[in-house]
Amino acid sequence: MMVYLLCIILFCCGLYCVLRKRNIIKIIIGVIILEYAVNLFFILTGYRMEGRAPIFSSEAEILNMVDPLPQALVLTAIVIGLATTALLVAIAIRIYEKYGTFDITEIRELKG
Amino acid sequence: MNIASNIIPLFVVIPLAGAFLISFFGRSIKRLPDAMGVSVTLILCGLSLLSVRLHNIYGVLTYSVGAWRPPIGIGMVLDGLTSFMLVTVNLVAFCITVYSVNYMEKFTAKWKFYTLFLLMVGGMNGVIITGDMFNFFVFLEIASVASYALVAFGTERHELEAAFKYAIMGTIGSLFILLGIAFLYGYTSTLNMADMGVVLSQKGIDGLIIMVSIMFLMGFGLKAALVPFHAWLPDAHPSAPAPISAMLSGVLIKSLGIYALCRIFYNVIGINPTISSILLFLGTLSMVVGGLLAIGQWDFKRLLAYSSISQIGYIILGIGLGTPLGILGGLFHLFNHSIFKSLLFLNSGAVEYATGTRDLRKMGGLAQKMPLTGTTGFIGSMSIAGIPPLNGFWSKLLIIIAAVQAERYIYASWAVLVSILTLAMYTKVMKYAFLGSLSEGLSRIKEIPIFMKLSMATLAFMCIVMGVLLIPGISDFFLQRASEVILEGTEYAASVLRAIR
Amino acid sequence: MSREHEKGMSLIVKTITRLTVGLILLYGIYIVSHGHVSPGGGFAGGVIIGLSFVHLMLAYGKDVALGKLSKQASSFFENLGAMLFLGIALLGFIGGYFFLNFISKGEPFRLFSAGIIPLCNVAISLKVGAGLFGIFVALVLLKLKSERKR
Repeated sequence: MMVYLLCIILFCCGLYCVLRKRNIIKIIIGVIILEYAVNLFFILTGYRMEGRAPIFSSEAEILNMVDPLPQALVLTAIVIGLATTALLVAIAIRIYEKYGTFDITEIRELKG
Repeated sequence: MNIASNIIPLFVVIPLAGAFLISFFGRSIKRLPDAMGVSVTLILCGLSLLSVRLHNIYGVLTYSVGAWRPPIGIGMVLDGLTSFMLVTVNLVAFCITVYSVNYMEKFTAKWKFYTLFLLMVGGMNGVIITGDMFNFFVFLEIASVASYALVAFGTERHELEAAFKYAIMGTIGSLFILLGIAFLYGYTSTLNMADMGVVLSQKGIDGLIIMVSIMFLMGFGLKAALVPFHAWLPDAHPSAPAPISAMLSGVLIKSLGIYALCRIFYNVIGINPTISSILLFLGTLSMVVGGLLAIGQWDFKRLLAYSSISQIGYIILGIGLGTPLGILGGLFHLFNHSIFKSLLFLNSGAVEYATGTRDLRKMGGLAQKMPLTGTTGFIGSMSIAGIPPLNGFWSKLLIIIAAVQAERYIYASWAVLVSILTLAMYTKVMKYAFLGSLSEGLSRIKEIPIFMKLSMATLAFMCIVMGVLLIPGISDFFLQRASEVILEGTEYAASVLRAIR
Repeated sequence: MSREHEKGMSLIVKTITRLTVGLILLYGIYIVSHGHVSPGGGFAGGVIIGLSFVHLMLAYGKDVALGKLSKQASSFFENLGAMLFLGIALLGFIGGYFFLNFISKGEPFRLFSAGIIPLCNVAISLKVGAGLFGIFVALVLLKLKSERKR
């Protein structure tokens, strides 16, 4: 139960970073922390008591394993996060070219 | 397994194959991206109409990917709501692709546009046909990331700022959805939507499911631009190039947002009066806030974006009512809104292509120089304002009658007031943009090229005749099928599991 | 390769890179090809392969790395990986289902077993590796273009 609570605290740290920081790069790092927290939470739902790693081998016989399905899903989610981060960083570099600053309080042309 | 179910994976395979082929050959062969884009969306449009016919003959069709049966494998489901959404998405995508053959000449690297566009269409189709929860999330992300890149396509200042805002908020919305899926997997230990419905109806609703419902409301509400989560839409939709604005406002927020809400809240978790009243309240709030903010706008596309928020409120109001007439009205309004909002955004794109400006105060009297644009703009505005006998009138009437029948008189009166507000805002658009006298700076503009004219004329024609979808003979096998799927609620699981054997 | 002392990092980094970057590539290929008998597979192996090229670029400067794998080549491999994956999935239609595992499965724990899974791993590793290197190259060239304009 404690580990799940720590994951939620990590999620809230990432959310704080996105909401309160002014630098674009820090906001992107906040999004990355959010993704880490959600992926970590997802893997932890697969834990079983006295479980071993879910890998078959030809010698030993494994009786109780942790759930392998969340591990496959989180692998996909990590790659999706990588693609989103790459896109955010590319947009951030181009914003720096056009506006000359990384501060979001000065990048406010669209209003109304 | 029926031989006819082989059509189901084609909806995802064909756009993905098209996108990868364009990305491979598009730099060298000059006309390939246009030809491939138009032919792929034409094939998809035909296949979606075929899927409506197949669903009427065979009932619910399922497809097990890789011959692994659900709940172990991934399953794809074709039922009434699926075929309805497929027709909406692919028909509008075809018209927009024809339009962008001419419009995107002004941008460089047209092959990049078509690659991202086909990826987005493939992602949306995948969201609609899948029956597995995590597969749904993967396709949602494919469509979302492609749309973030497309909003920033012109790489001007405003487009980049809007794309950044949209990307951050969209990513946070997707992460809430993933967190909800993680909680649901931990609770039910299965990922198949039908199986999850069975387990949830056996285990009952407790505190965890309420928290998951709130998380899904936040995540999908952000994708569908409901009112507390709408802040990205007025910046993202105007800044994108016109075909992308039409695509985003016309189909993306409906396929990723409203279809997902219907599927998860009616078929998997099961509707209860709390969620119903939350949806009604958010829908009415969206209608009112969107309408009030739209009237004061002087930017043509920003006004259309705020009006999108307002009309999405109508659809959520219809669906949240839960009565058969309300759901029928909501789904019909979804279909109509795709058609006339895309038409209006393409119209604004044509105006921008010819005059180079989006400010309503600088335009005037365009109907003299651009007759087709003026006529289609007039038809689109009258549709969305709800003038009989165009299609917008029938769907709004259904929603208001359903609200009165369910004895929610306050919501019905708000709906009527916002309808009058919509009429006012579109009369403003017509007066400033098309009627009146031609201002001096605009005397040299020409009519738009042929493909843009063709696609706008097709959409306007559909605006006029789509009222026929309500005639009892025709509505039985298109609209009624879709609303039956939502109404049967958690019976969805039983019909899917029956169709798998 | 270590003659241009002005570009890239110091001499120690260049020497160690020259010794280890081939081993990193080999390790990545090992993880990809044994994806069905041990942990790893397409994504992880592809990232390691991509990172070996990025390592070369960080230590020696962009000209040497682009000489090994140019921008057009990485774009080509990326598309090849995607189309190979889709082609393998479509070939499943021979057996009647999309994405069916139609090659004979052999005995478990051998290298040539488990049907189409090793081929899919190779396709994914091409796409992920070339994609990562391509992202890095695109960001570097973008920065250089903006600096040259100023």
